[in-house]
Amino acid sequence: MPNVLMMVKVTIDGIEVEVEAGTSILNAARKIGGDAVPPAMCYYSKLPGTGGKCRTCLVEVAAGSTADPRPMPKLVASCSTPVQDGMVVNNKTSERVHNNRGGVVEFLLANHPLDCPICDQAGECHLQDLGYEHGSAKTRYEEERRTFDPIDIGNKIKLHMNRCILCYRCVFVANQLTENRVHGVLHRGEHAEISTFIEQAVENDFSGNMIDVCPVGALTDRTFRFKSRVWFLKPMDAERSCSKCCGKAVVWMFGNEIYRVTARKDKYGEVEDIDGKTAWLCNDCRFEHKSAADWNIAGPRVISRNSVISQGKYATSIEKPVKRIG
Amino acid sequence: MKNRRLLLEHVDVPGIDGIEVYVKHGGYASLEKALKKMSPEDVLEEVKKSGLRGRGGAGFPTGMKWSFLAKPEGVPRYLVCNADESEPGTFKDRYLMEKLPHLLIEGMILSSFALGANQSYIYIRGEFMYVLNILEKAIAEAYAKGYLGKNILGSGYDLDLVVTPGGGAYICGEETALLESLEGKRGNPRIKPPFPAVKGLWGCPTVVNNVESIAAVVPIVRDGGDAYAAIGIGRSTGTKLISACGNLARPGVYEIDLGLSVEEFIYGDDYCRGIANGKQLKACVPGGSSVPILPHFLVTKTATGEDRLMTYESLAEGGFSSGSMLGSGGFIIFDEDQCIVRNTWNFARFYAHESCGQCSPCREGTGWMEKVLSRIEHGQGHMHDIDLLADINKKIEGNTICPLGDAAAWPVAAAIHHFREEFEWHIKHPSEAQTRNYGLIQQPVVA
Repeated sequence: MPNVLMMVKVTIDGIEVEVEAGTSILNAARKIGGDAVPPAMCYYSKLPGTGGKCRTCLVEVAAGSTADPRPMPKLVASCSTPVQDGMVVNNKTSERVHNNRGGVVEFLLANHPLDCPICDQAGECHLQDLGYEHGSAKTRYEEERRTFDPIDIGNKIKLHMNRCILCYRCVFVANQLTENRVHGVLHRGEHAEISTFIEQAVENDFSGNMIDVCPVGALTDRTFRFKSRVWFLKPMDAERSCSKCCGKAVVWMFGNEIYRVTARKDKYGEVEDIDGKTAWLCNDCRFEHKSAADWNIAGPRVISRNSVISQGKYATSIEKPVKRIG
Repeated sequence: MKNRRLLLEHVDVPGIDGIEVYVKHGGYASLEKALKKMSPEDVLEEVKKSGLRGRGGAGFPTGMKWSFLAKPEGVPRYLVCNADESEPGTFKDRYLMEKLPHLLIEGMILSSFALGANQSYIYIRGEFMYVLNILEKAIAEAYAKGYLGKNILGSGYDLDLVVTPGGGAYICGEETALLESLEGKRGNPRIKPPFPAVKGLWGCPTVVNNVESIAAVVPIVRDGGDAYAAIGIGRSTGTKLISACGNLARPGVYEIDLGLSVEEFIYGDDYCRGIANGKQLKACVPGGSSVPILPHFLVTKTATGEDRLMTYESLAEGGFSSGSMLGSGGFIIFDEDQCIVRNTWNFARFYAHESCGQCSPCREGTGWMEKVLSRIEHGQGHMHDIDLLADINKKIEGNTICPLGDAAAWPVAAAIHHFREEFEWHIKHPSEAQTRNYGLIQQPVVA
């Protein structure tokens, strides 16, 4: 007998959707799309175990299930709460969610340096988007901000701990994609920091993916630092044959020059699945191949995330492929 | 004696920490009774009948918790004793383990038997190194006597018991952080569900209980659940260890019958004998630092004028506007000379230090509150800081992974609620606040 998956119905912001039992509220909302989707800073669907930490995806459960329609007393983290049949969830439609999410954003920004003008992540930063949507114009935080010195973890990656929101995504990358994790979270509470054991270099083939999963500007590409603002660059789908990874990437170009290489990301900022596998990039493709001749460039990439780069500038203009090498 | 009943009955007997003396005073009789005459289900039934509620703070019925334990075939189950007692003001478990290690061990064997666990752990706070030595000595004695190991008392039941010290982090008292720590990882609380009863230690069904809850199983099995339930009032049954500290004439650990009046506990001759040095009571934190503080006029009477009793229900009467919680039984008394602002800052400092830093509201919120309170205490506060604190509280409470966020928010919220005038006075008179304390607050006139 084929395995029949149990389907359950859940209502999010008044829209009903049918999903497999065990799906999280967040993923059910992503099936609906649009405003029903709560923001997620720490959850990353491609990295099992992530989520639950940043609390920006808090939603209100107005009815637990058909069997037990009582509301849940606390707001729940939608990324780690599974749906039940008949569950009613309020996200965008709940004043309480809006207030508390604003509170979480305020906490995330409390010790954040707000150095967007000199941060390479600006323009594709999730915290920037979230601050724009939920933050207030003025901070109430009068205390001295917690600071760390930026450190180089290896010759390719820069760590700006000041900007970090401790989402733990990069730790999961290190656990799941690379051998011998050498970095993690040290200390606790307000003093917690991402670091390596005694500033060791993070050097293994897939460590560069830490940069892609980082929702803020804490981990940046040293080969791209201060080269250009991301919105001045043209993202192009490109491919090369690589023995270590799938070789499918996005190259960010200015004229005929490649400024940086990233993985292909979807509208939630997550690395896409290509042919059923998450298209993580190896460090060789990411850092060592910055010449247009290295890549087979397919065409402009539509960035569907709601941020500066996607404001229609490149999505509509038809660019000719720059160069094709067979 | 009135304040030594079930658990602490023989605490003053010299050498009671040794197995010979313990057995001479009726020790391990409950174990013999359970293993020879009862089935695991019978023990569970007695615990359910006793109405015993978790003594670690939350007060969840122990029997119910045990019955939630998943029992899939071929998967081991674990019992873990939470001896990571680190709440400021609470020191009852340390006293019990230090004086009566065999009571805990007997309770562990009984509880493991009821749950069908063949491997159990006592996770003890890292600072309690000397208690660890006491427990290890006691466990070795129990093995030698055949109370632990293979085929205990010829019943065919096997149990191994291990004591593991933590690294001294308060957060490891949260049950899932405790399990992470016990597995050798960083002590970060897990995201729930799944709950430990389904997926706990090493991914197997696990029950985590407080030291006192486990010790209470011994008299429950000995006298029966009904006899235990006969003590106390309503859903607060049995006896409870209270660690009383602060400005009391006779602070210490007392075993009280639940239902004792708070007045009797503070002023009674058998208990704390009143406030030290003839001073007046200013405030009381009845259940460890994380529960709301009560001003003097709400300590012995509730807002409706009824006598306040030492029960889960009576102490919580009035909710967070005029009540508090029994919590873990860390009873802290403040006299008229104590500064509430300074104390609130001190508590906030503790939680900021102990937050694991995993989820943002707690990591950033506890640190923020600590800094604002520190400013107020040191004469650099502004009037709008009070509302800011109240607002930060609301944004932390209920939005965190584990209850540490709530525990950090409640004492600050309650202190501002009840002692707002004192905070305002601190801010308005910064230099005076450095040299003298505000004193007693006036009881509001009830309309």
